[in-house]
Amino acid sequence: MLAQFRVEISGVGATQLPIAVVRFRGEDTAGQALGGIVRADLERSGQFRGIDTTATLDESSTPVMDEWRARSADALVVGSATRLADGRFDVRYKLWDTVRGVPLGGQSHVVPAIDLRLAAHRIADAVYERLTGNKGVFATRIAYVKRSGRRFQLIVSDADGAPETEREALTSPDPIISPAWSPSGRELAYVSFETQKAVVWVQEVATGERKAVADFRGSNSAPTWSPDGSTLAVTLSREGVSQLYLMGRDGANVRRITQSSAIDTEPVFTPDGRSIYFVSDRGGSPQIYRMAASGGTAERVSFGGSYNISPSISPDGQVLAYITRNGSAFRLMAMDVSGGNIHALTDTNDDESPSFAPNGRLLIYATRSQGRDVLMTTTLDGKIKTRLLSSGLDVREPIWGPYGR
Amino acid sequence: MHGKLGTTVASVVVAMVVAACGSSVKLDDKAPVETRSPGDGSADANAGAQGPGSGTGQSAVATVDLNRADEAANANMPRAVYFDFDSFVVKDEFRPVVELHAKRLAGQRSRKLALEGHTDERGGSEYNLALGQKRAEAVLKAMVLLGAAENQLEAVSFGKERPAVQGSTEEAWARNRRVEMKDR
Repeated sequence: MLAQFRVEISGVGATQLPIAVVRFRGEDTAGQALGGIVRADLERSGQFRGIDTTATLDESSTPVMDEWRARSADALVVGSATRLADGRFDVRYKLWDTVRGVPLGGQSHVVPAIDLRLAAHRIADAVYERLTGNKGVFATRIAYVKRSGRRFQLIVSDADGAPETEREALTSPDPIISPAWSPSGRELAYVSFETQKAVVWVQEVATGERKAVADFRGSNSAPTWSPDGSTLAVTLSREGVSQLYLMGRDGANVRRITQSSAIDTEPVFTPDGRSIYFVSDRGGSPQIYRMAASGGTAERVSFGGSYNISPSISPDGQVLAYITRNGSAFRLMAMDVSGGNIHALTDTNDDESPSFAPNGRLLIYATRSQGRDVLMTTTLDGKIKTRLLSSGLDVREPIWGPYGR
Repeated sequence: MHGKLGTTVASVVVAMVVAACGSSVKLDDKAPVETRSPGDGSADANAGAQGPGSGTGQSAVATVDLNRADEAANANMPRAVYFDFDSFVVKDEFRPVVELHAKRLAGQRSRKLALEGHTDERGGSEYNLALGQKRAEAVLKAMVLLGAAENQLEAVSFGKERPAVQGSTEEAWARNRRVEMKDR
């Protein structure tokens, strides 16, 4: 049952830790393939290789380490889901180091049935952190735009894009682009064309309460949040050409921060909030620039090729992901900010909208596959890619949410 | 103009918030947006010309309805300007279209026109939005030079989000790189 975790992995990572994740005891009653969700999460990270097993073991079992070592598993995750009297579930797990034959910890999460997948993602996060030393992102959420004919939906889902976790934040007969999570994960800013022009809205995710924060003459677009959540950077054309502006999160106190006669757009703050990367065609072709968040002189950052757009900066500020045009191909690239080294992360031709996971280890992006707009994740070396199973419809404009929800 | 729009948007927001039950906001219920195409309104034009009872008897009076005639002419007016790849130059062949609309605006200062810039499907959505905006601004400037007032015009952009034709051919791309003129 529940065979929805078709993680499509292409390429092989250099070092992957072999791990076995068993079926959790009681997961059939719970109605969620908890072990399967944990395994798929870990595999999507690119740092683990799942080992097939049909075993069912829970956190009180004493696994025979020799058996697991013989199957080349360096680590083992076991667990259970028990329905409590009030209808909630107690989801437990235990992680074993099979090489040394010692337990590496475990936890209990008591959750309502609707949050069983979230409990599995949290287990995957705990296992990932224990074994790699880095924080996991499996319990985070993503947002993206789904399109079918003249129907556009702004969707929020689990980070694995599982169809049953999709929730509509906005449904519209007009296009929606450029969603951006606030740093708290409580709001989404986005551009909606519902008034027959581009207007920037901010919507509270839990309540649906929304407000047009930038609705000036011309187009209002490309919203992005400062790291402290107090400020929005946007692109406005109210003075003629598209330029960058800052405003409060409620749309107040608008001030222009670029003064060029060319297109300036797609601002993103650096993690320290002091600088902004953006796209400008002031040099004759669209390139990525960097300047102080308050404005001033901008330095060009991208040099290869005649079309570099859609910058996304890693949470540590060290890697810049962006889209480059090479002939007729639009391809996801990564640049080492300090050294300037550049490498392509894909071999597809229609990549768009890269967005870093909050731990900086994965990127989500949009591309085309078999005539459809699809979402993919990739590791920063480009070796492990997963196609998200959001649905058969066209999906675009992905943005990875922050920790917490 | 902007103040009025702001008020409208604000009342829509209130209606949305009041109507919203749960966290999903649905905009599908609103009236569908009229899509104009050449030929719309031609029925009206015919009705005007062949008005009921016209031309029979001695006390017949044929009505000439200038509003209606204007609407008919309006519907048949060319309403798009097309651009070369990566270009914002309004080509000479489209000068007459721009001039026609500019004259109409100059002749009736209460008229307002939205100039909607569009691009082909290639490239990022935000950069294309800015490119479409630049095309719309180019047409706006040309119209102002030809007598239209700036407050009669608003240049906006849909970028690559609303193609006129589907497809990934040179021909489809050429038809999608355009500025459309829409009455407000």
